Amino acid sequence: MIKSWFKSGSPWIWLNAAAVSTCLIMVIGVLGLIAMRGAGHFWASPIVSMSYQEDDGQIKTIIGEHVDTTVTPALMAKSTGFTMADNEDVLIQYLVKTGNRDLTGSDFRWIQERHIKATSTPEDMILVERREWGNFYGQLTAIKESDNVVATGDKMWTALQERLQAVLKLHDQITHLEKKELGAINYALEQLRLKQKGLELKHAWNAETAKEFADKKAAYDVDYKKYQAQLAELHQQIRRDSLVATTESGVELVIPLAKIVEVTQPNKMGVFAKIGHYFKKLGEFLSEDPREANTEGGIFPAIFGTIMMVIMMSIIVTPFGVIAAVYLREYAKQGFTTRLIRIAVNNLAGVPSIVYGVFGLGFFVYILGGNIDALFFPESAPAPVYGTPGLLWASITLALLTLPVVIVSTEEGLARVPKAIREGSLALGATKIETLWRTVLPMASPAMMTGLILAVARAAGEVAPLMLVGVVKLAPTLPLDGNYPFLHLDRKFMHLGFHIYDVGFQSPNVEAARPLVYATSLLLVLVIIGLNLAAILIRNHLREKYRALEG
Amino acid sequence: MSTPEPRSHSFDASSILRSTHKHDDPVEPCIKVENLKLFYGGKQALHGINMEMPKKKVTAFIGPSGCGKSTLLRCINRMNDLVDNVTIEGKILLHDDNIYDKSVNVAALRRRVGMVFQKPNPFPKSIFENVTYGLRIQGIDDKRILEETVETSLRGAALWDEVKDRLNDNALGLSGGQQQRLVIARAIAIAPEVLLLDEPASALDPISTLKIEELINELKEKYTIVIVTHNMQQAARVSDYTAFMYMGELIEMGATSQLFTKPTKKQTEDYITGRYG
Repeated sequence: MIKSWFKSGSPWIWLNAAAVSTCLIMVIGVLGLIAMRGAGHFWASPIVSMSYQEDDGQIKTIIGEHVDTTVTPALMAKSTGFTMADNEDVLIQYLVKTGNRDLTGSDFRWIQERHIKATSTPEDMILVERREWGNFYGQLTAIKESDNVVATGDKMWTALQERLQAVLKLHDQITHLEKKELGAINYALEQLRLKQKGLELKHAWNAETAKEFADKKAAYDVDYKKYQAQLAELHQQIRRDSLVATTESGVELVIPLAKIVEVTQPNKMGVFAKIGHYFKKLGEFLSEDPREANTEGGIFPAIFGTIMMVIMMSIIVTPFGVIAAVYLREYAKQGFTTRLIRIAVNNLAGVPSIVYGVFGLGFFVYILGGNIDALFFPESAPAPVYGTPGLLWASITLALLTLPVVIVSTEEGLARVPKAIREGSLALGATKIETLWRTVLPMASPAMMTGLILAVARAAGEVAPLMLVGVVKLAPTLPLDGNYPFLHLDRKFMHLGFHIYDVGFQSPNVEAARPLVYATSLLLVLVIIGLNLAAILIRNHLREKYRALEG
Repeated sequence: MSTPEPRSHSFDASSILRSTHKHDDPVEPCIKVENLKLFYGGKQALHGINMEMPKKKVTAFIGPSGCGKSTLLRCINRMNDLVDNVTIEGKILLHDDNIYDKSVNVAALRRRVGMVFQKPNPFPKSIFENVTYGLRIQGIDDKRILEETVETSLRGAALWDEVKDRLNDNALGLSGGQQQRLVIARAIAIAPEVLLLDEPASALDPISTLKIEELINELKEKYTIVIVTHNMQQAARVSDYTAFMYMGELIEMGATSQLFTKPTKKQTEDYITGRYG
């Protein structure tokens, strides 16, 4: 009976099914967890007011968002110092995000469930998302315009929103002025300084050029002064309004509107308002710069840097990989040496990525970059231009890292092009190179895309080597901007993978950063899926076009 | 299986060709093979072949598998150059020019000597692009010329009526027989002098085979055709001259009617009567 069951092959099928299901469950579990925790971060949760009595008998209130719950068995709780009554089996603790870090020193507090006497969600609770010191939770008491109260009571809320809109607009103007206009002038002045130094080094600096440069500088200075005046004006305006709010303990706090990103009343929001708010927050997360040591704000520079780096890497690795594969497969004499090279290439794929990072730092950054600086940018010394980690070196290092994948899959693609097709082309009077360009390479292009997909998937998720060759915690400027030559390959950049590490493990405010870790992870996965999907679509299109002969 | 005759009895085809020709029109040789020897590494595949293939006639190579007939055919447009470790001695003259001369441009030679393979091998491109492939390689991009050539070539390969409405469709969507005729059209689009057909119908069904055979009959008006075939009936049907090869040697060559009715060599007789091979 058992024997025949074994013979029927069913156990084997069951085993297969079990293996496949395990894989699926794990993948779905990981993605599900990340998606839930990450995506949930932007949902406006209610502000709870809890009055609780600690062991000393005092009754206090705290307000904030309920973030997490832990359940500890009594025995374990006892051993960590909690006093537990005999009838208590477990100790339930709530993690509450109380904000107001400037007043209390911390954002989060643990509350024991058994101490809570009453909870409520008062409608007038406001959440102030500030540019500094994190969130504020409390009650609005007044709106001030340069020390004069202009609104109280029912009119406060609309007055606040109107004034806040105006202030946010001003803030945008200030950022634009600082980043774009003043940034451009600073950049131009720096270029001018470098040019002057370059001329001095070449002993071509004379009275004439000195005058020319002085004129240019004067022109920039005029602009600079003009923008400075505008900025001062804007700063004056933005500093005018502020709001007054009280915390749960009755402390009154004046918050300038200039320091506020958003004020909401989550307890008053309906479902649709919350959905709208959700997408607004999500949009901000995707499009804004990080704040507060990356624990708040958006991650746009990291998304931008990741995609930029992957694209640069693809541009570098594809031609190199394809040319190498074409040589190995089509031109090199197949023998011991070619086999040796092939084995070496395959083994390169297994070298730990940090080794590539070290190599990139040592060879590309210091040797290549150092020499480029010495040859082409002597005027910048002692500040390095290319002799320091940057986008170019990161892309090249990752291109090196992913080169074997592209070579191997291109070679496989070339090997799959039927001999009959090559002979057909040659028999029509095509030379070998014409055959390659017109027929063989197009037919192998789906395989090249497969290689590129694998390369992109690997490169986008790589962190270790990037830390050495160009990724930083916070990059002041994007590698692509409006200043000539627009693409700044020498600049350092931000990367989602490193951002996750930085936010999760290097952050001063771990609890605040945790949801961001999930959200960023989710985004990294989505970016990689997106890049892959694009490549897969192109590949399928090519496959359809160059469907190889059957049989 | 009988053993091959000693090499000293090796056969001189050219004399037979002249002596057996009954028609009045003079037979002008197009291709002359002179003492051709071919080695795959250390293994000799062709043992000093001498033969002539007349102009605008169909010459068929028959013989058992591995006898070297395809190898010989592929020597005529130097397809064997692509194989590693091949050494070739002797000469093949195309209108008195040795194609194995060092000064010969192989790509130019292959434009004069077209080839159709055993399995249809259209490129994964449109029908139009398949036919114009050879012209485009020569740098001809004039749309009018290309269109004209496509029509004449497809008509020449008896495929025009079937595909004229879908010239921009992928060639891989055609049936096997259509693909093979497309490949023939592709070959004649560059106006070669010689067409080499390497078992062109062996992968096709009987109806497609018949069409290809009819096509060969038409094509010999314009081209010198050399065909390799396993099928003796086919050789008898389509060829004017037949060469029987065995173990890398040319055993006998003559007018098809004569070779199939009155073979002079016992090996030939054994083969065509089905005693071996």
